[in-house]
Amino acid sequence: MNTELIIPLLAAAIQSGTPILFATLGEILTEKSGVLNLGVEGIMIVGALAAFVMAKFTGNPILAFALAGVAGMLISATHGVVCLWFRGNQVVSGLALTIFGLGLADYLGTPLIGQTAPGFDKLALPGLSHLPVLGPIFFQQDLLVYVSVLIVPLLWFFLAKTRWGLHLRSVGEYPQAAAAAGINVLLYRWVGVLAGGFLVGWGGAYLSLAYTHLWTSGLSAGRGWIAVALVIFAFWRPGRALLGAYLFGGVMAFQLRLQAVGTHLPSSLLLMLPYALTVIVLVLASWKSRQASAPAALGINIEPRE
Amino acid sequence: MKLRMLVMLCALILALGAGHAGAQDLQVGFVYVSPIGDAGWSYAHDQGRLFIDKMNGVTTAYVEAVPEGPDSERVMLNMARKNYDLIFATSFGYMDPMLKVAKKFPKITFMHCSGFKKAENMGNYFGRMYQARYLSGIVAGAMTKTNILGYAAAFPIPEVIRGINAFTLGAQSVNPDVQVRVVWTKTWYDPATEKEAAKSLLDVGADVIAQHQDSPGPQEAAQEKGVYSIGYNTDMSAFAPKSHLCAPVWNWGPFYAQIVEAVQKGTWESKAYWYGLENGIVDLSPMSDMVPAEVQTKVMTSKEKIKSGSMQVFTGPIRDQAGEEKIAAGKSASDETLLGMNWFVQGVIGTTQ
Repeated sequence: MNTELIIPLLAAAIQSGTPILFATLGEILTEKSGVLNLGVEGIMIVGALAAFVMAKFTGNPILAFALAGVAGMLISATHGVVCLWFRGNQVVSGLALTIFGLGLADYLGTPLIGQTAPGFDKLALPGLSHLPVLGPIFFQQDLLVYVSVLIVPLLWFFLAKTRWGLHLRSVGEYPQAAAAAGINVLLYRWVGVLAGGFLVGWGGAYLSLAYTHLWTSGLSAGRGWIAVALVIFAFWRPGRALLGAYLFGGVMAFQLRLQAVGTHLPSSLLLMLPYALTVIVLVLASWKSRQASAPAALGINIEPRE
Repeated sequence: MKLRMLVMLCALILALGAGHAGAQDLQVGFVYVSPIGDAGWSYAHDQGRLFIDKMNGVTTAYVEAVPEGPDSERVMLNMARKNYDLIFATSFGYMDPMLKVAKKFPKITFMHCSGFKKAENMGNYFGRMYQARYLSGIVAGAMTKTNILGYAAAFPIPEVIRGINAFTLGAQSVNPDVQVRVVWTKTWYDPATEKEAAKSLLDVGADVIAQHQDSPGPQEAAQEKGVYSIGYNTDMSAFAPKSHLCAPVWNWGPFYAQIVEAVQKGTWESKAYWYGLENGIVDLSPMSDMVPAEVQTKVMTSKEKIKSGSMQVFTGPIRDQAGEEKIAAGKSASDETLLGMNWFVQGVIGTTQ
């Protein structure tokens, strides 16, 4: 492979990594508040459908993008109701949310299959896009890629440097102590679930507004599950989520390009790469850190007035 | 998906219960593997259904998005119990379930698309899509400047491999230096992956993108890059008006009409129906204005030759990628060879695994 192939490969890595990045950031926010939401895949596809429908009927992709977040938030609210109000099992509720979301999007979206909607096109940043090598990789992407990258430092700043972020993290680490300190535990958990769902919805919207402008059932194609795994790979840190998402995007884009260049490796082996990498990453992450960076109260429900 | 199917079934039962279908009407049922959608495999079959729906004494119904396997058996069983006269199942994986149902209902006629099993009351049918792909290959071979054609393909099965080989032979007939690069996506309908596959082909210099996929994702990629594309299933020009040159298309209507008539007259027989351009079951969509007149003439000449039977697409000498002669000079490939094709012709870059 020469530079003529590597530059488009890296640009494609960013594109296919972006939906995963949005979803991973959302899940980090949710898990930091102590709630495990395995419904990422379902939330993503509902976000993708909402974005597609809005873009199709209003012709306004920005409005569609915003609404995809709201749709993601609304569907995550069911997880909030089950786990925060009724203190149901978070794993079961999340899995149910995935199945529900996939089914709902499939049911509502069937009449739209094969149709196109307006979306985001490539937006070259003036000045920067002409830089050699870096320009075509980083600065000739669509608007949503820039948005996703901007969220990374914002989320880091919120979690690490603000009082609200500290409260949210304390709720995820030791809710009883947080409650004793006068923090409204349930409120922060709701914020984690809803704001996280909002970002995951955006991840879905990226698929139907920018990555392609088409709708089909099962558009998310397992990307939500990769995001769940990436949260662990990232040690719940937004910066590492960026790296991880682009790494996975890169592997997906790489295997197709390897075929295009001409290889004797069977395509079935190449297609396994992203998923094999998921397994390897999980093994490495748990071996190295013993999950030390996981929020201590992750997945544990709390009594409202404990 | 299941819920939708249930609703559809209920609607179907209601419709029948309400007595919309006349007693003497021939009732024809269709089972589709995917939603009808706006373009693609099931859409093409549904166009065929609509074609026969207009015939006298025929009522039709369909169930879409039926998963292959036990679910499909239930759907077909249901149709059979409702006294349908003729049932078409349009996906490979419906073969064995259909065979089971066919044995239980000997008075009903069953037709299975793309398979190879038969029973006394069950036939199978398919189209020689490779003939239309050969024609689209001529267009691609004439239009390329880089001499690299990209082919986004679904699964390495004989049907797809045959199409890639025919496309390559067509392109080579006008441009001997052309090479065809193949990327497998292992999906039939996944716009995101299929678009990405087309982009990877564009990155290695392909300037015409062809596809054996049901989504228009590759068309989108070609248009964004400003190069040409060739669709599949139905005319996909609506998705990429600036790059779509032509598309090998399915045209099931006349064939379905022929089967319906045969069943009505009692002349239907169980066999493998494998028709090509001569029957109109496969065709090339109208070519875009971007294709020069002399290329269009060449395509039409070849089309007439294939239709009349004076030319066969797979006529030797044809060598595989390793240079070994697979079809001897002057010989034409038998249907058996075509149906089991698992090797690429010379000029294709990619693996069949």
